[in-house]
Amino acid sequence: MPKQIILAAHFPGVNNTTVWSDPRAGSQIEFDSFEYLAKTAERGKFDFFFLAEGLRLREQRGLIHDLDVVGRPDTLTVLTALAAVTTHLGLAGTLNATYHEPYELARQLATLDHLSGGRAAWNVVTSPGAFFGENFRRGGFLDHADRYVRAGEFIETARKLWDTDGGEFAIRNSQFDIRGRFGVPRSPQGHPVILQAGDSDGGRELAAKHSDAIFSRHHQLDDARQFYRNIKDRLPAYGRTEDSLKIIPGVSYVLGDSDADAQEKAHHIRRQQVSPQTAILLLEQLWNTDLSGYDAEGPLPDIDPVLDEDDTIIKGRAGMYPDRLATAAEWRARAEAKNLSIRDLIIEVTGRQNFIGTASRIAEQLNEYVQTDACDGFILVSHLTPSGLDDFVDQVVPLLQERGVFRTEYSGTTLRGHLGLA
Amino acid sequence: MTLHLGVALSGDSFAADDWIRQVREADEAGLDFVTFDDTFGRHGPDAVQVAARVAPLTRHIGLIPVATTTHTEPFHLSTALATLDWVSRGRAGWQVRVSGDPAEAALLGRRAPLQVDALIAEASDAIEVVRRLWDSWEDDAIISDVATGRYIDREKLHYIDFAGEHFSVKGPSIVPRPPQGQPVVAALAHGPQVWDALDADVFFVTPADADDAARKVRTILPEKKIFADIRVGGHIPTDAATFNGTTLQLADLIQNWWSVSGLDGFRLRVSDISDVSDLVTELRRRGLFQTSRHRTLRDRLGLPVAVNRYQEAGRA
Ligand SMILES: Cc1cc2nc3c(=O)[nH]c(=O)nc-3n(C[C@H](O)[C@H](O)[C@H](O)COP(=O)(O)O)c2cc1C
Repeated sequence: MPKQIILAAHFPGVNNTTVWSDPRAGSQIEFDSFEYLAKTAERGKFDFFFLAEGLRLREQRGLIHDLDVVGRPDTLTVLTALAAVTTHLGLAGTLNATYHEPYELARQLATLDHLSGGRAAWNVVTSPGAFFGENFRRGGFLDHADRYVRAGEFIETARKLWDTDGGEFAIRNSQFDIRGRFGVPRSPQGHPVILQAGDSDGGRELAAKHSDAIFSRHHQLDDARQFYRNIKDRLPAYGRTEDSLKIIPGVSYVLGDSDADAQEKAHHIRRQQVSPQTAILLLEQLWNTDLSGYDAEGPLPDIDPVLDEDDTIIKGRAGMYPDRLATAAEWRARAEAKNLSIRDLIIEVTGRQNFIGTASRIAEQLNEYVQTDACDGFILVSHLTPSGLDDFVDQVVPLLQERGVFRTEYSGTTLRGHLGLA
Repeated sequence: MTLHLGVALSGDSFAADDWIRQVREADEAGLDFVTFDDTFGRHGPDAVQVAARVAPLTRHIGLIPVATTTHTEPFHLSTALATLDWVSRGRAGWQVRVSGDPAEAALLGRRAPLQVDALIAEASDAIEVVRRLWDSWEDDAIISDVATGRYIDREKLHYIDFAGEHFSVKGPSIVPRPPQGQPVVAALAHGPQVWDALDADVFFVTPADADDAARKVRTILPEKKIFADIRVGGHIPTDAATFNGTTLQLADLIQNWWSVSGLDGFRLRVSDISDVSDLVTELRRRGLFQTSRHRTLRDRLGLPVAVNRYQEAGRA
């Protein structure tokens, strides 16, 4: 039997992938939007619904970022409400290990698992210290290495709490010293599904040791295959089998009636995603300095990027450019060769759509990725709230089902069951 | 004028259906609100999540979970309650609770318990932070202006810059201002230590009799909504007056207290919602209780429209 594809629906996030300027774009905050997308995903027999999280509004040039969608609901609260309007769909939420406490969060995740009949998942993130910290008691004292120590012990502690079956515990490690009665009996999944989304060595090791799935950003075929091997090779050291950790990149797609039609749509969407103002802002994220004086329809700056990683121009987002000078040189060469404006270049080099074509081409490519071990499935990130997955569910899912690589009915009720995890 | 009526649910069930049945019944009976009890360390689910779980399945009733300010992050409280308001379309409230129990402190492991005065002062700060965060987005902050490429008008988002003894919070919220602007804040109050200190909209008080109720109403600020807690059934003494008797006798007692005290209404502590179905019918028959047609909990309780403090400051 061929590998079965995992599919998840990412609620459109607070970045420029999400197109708010389209007349069809719906509310980013009203419950109707969340309900609509979750029901669409469940109609398509998806494995789970996915929410990202950021504990402070993004800033650029010291000002709240105003060009992208801003604002979203609290993760646990909206997921628990979605349990009321869905029956099988997994409910995955991103929650930060630095700004929560194990007793409280383990209790909330177990509550979600109970109230959803076994559909809870936690995407463990550890992101930016001091910037988020200004909203919390804890403040912002954890550096990168310590964040993963805390995250690892947090997960171990949560698992111990879930194993108490509601009873007594006493846990002491380098991060936590807690005791008492947990008060939540074993939930339907026992342990909610754990996802991880860090990409550094520390992040990968954490995933290999503790998580059931990785939300990855590796989506180019070769890169994805390398990442897949890199992660799966880490598993034996922890006594784990390869199929106990699923690798699921976030990807986007554009569907058309013909390949040419899809290309044309993709180009239109890219222009919506990268307005002139957004082009300058995205360029600043690499250049790490104020470029507001530049014309988006004109050439790239001839000054070099500013190399100060402690004071980056954008706050509230994980570092994206490990080698600023090299990337800048690459972008300049490309712009010169093709005579591209800043906006044209940004459209080319940032967040392009991964899968573009007819439904059958997309189904074929997705399947190739999974069958050749570039990944185990996909978190689909659409650009339109809340109707962005309608065409995928109506047109691509049936083709995957015909190929026998995606379920036609849910066979179980828990998310662990859907994912084939023990 | 008719009285307001709510029930306090304190169940420990982890089965969603148990909660759905009870809150639906309360919704259909036209009650103004239900409160969901909670403490750290109890056997039972997280109350904010229980309220969120029933929100999409009910239409009118106010949903007021208990959430503790001791040991928790005011930022998370604020966003969770704002989200409850979004998923219930304007029916969210919050019953503030503090924890002085060393056993609860050990569960969280963050710090030793504080004295009661300090706990209440911290709760007061937490309410301030939560309320500022709710106001930190003006209602019309989302502009979706294609011409300038801007999704929001950032002049309408506000840092709250709260600095207190136990925490400081920068803001703004990550959640747009909820439908009610300010969800309803409530607290159980046995004395002035609480009702003079906390910026709540609603106080649940525990009078021993009608005169005591009248005295309490006279000492609490007139703009507050005051509900008397009455426990229906049970024998172990608690903080609230316990009633054991027939439905008609309970209706008499409520009628009597209400007519002499100036209370806004009653919160009945029940072990199951079915304990009060006949009572609601009887109070309606007497013309004492009537289902509100208002859609938000603030409107139902007769609270004024919540003016945004930052919007006001900007205009001044
Ligand atoms: C695909 C992906 C999605 C992520 N989503 C979030 C998110 O929603 N919220 C967040 O705070 N961090 C998010 N992160 C950040 C990671 O948790 C992590 O902090 C970051 O990648 C830095 O850790 P690293 O150095 O191990 O990569 C995401 C990372 C990746 C790769």
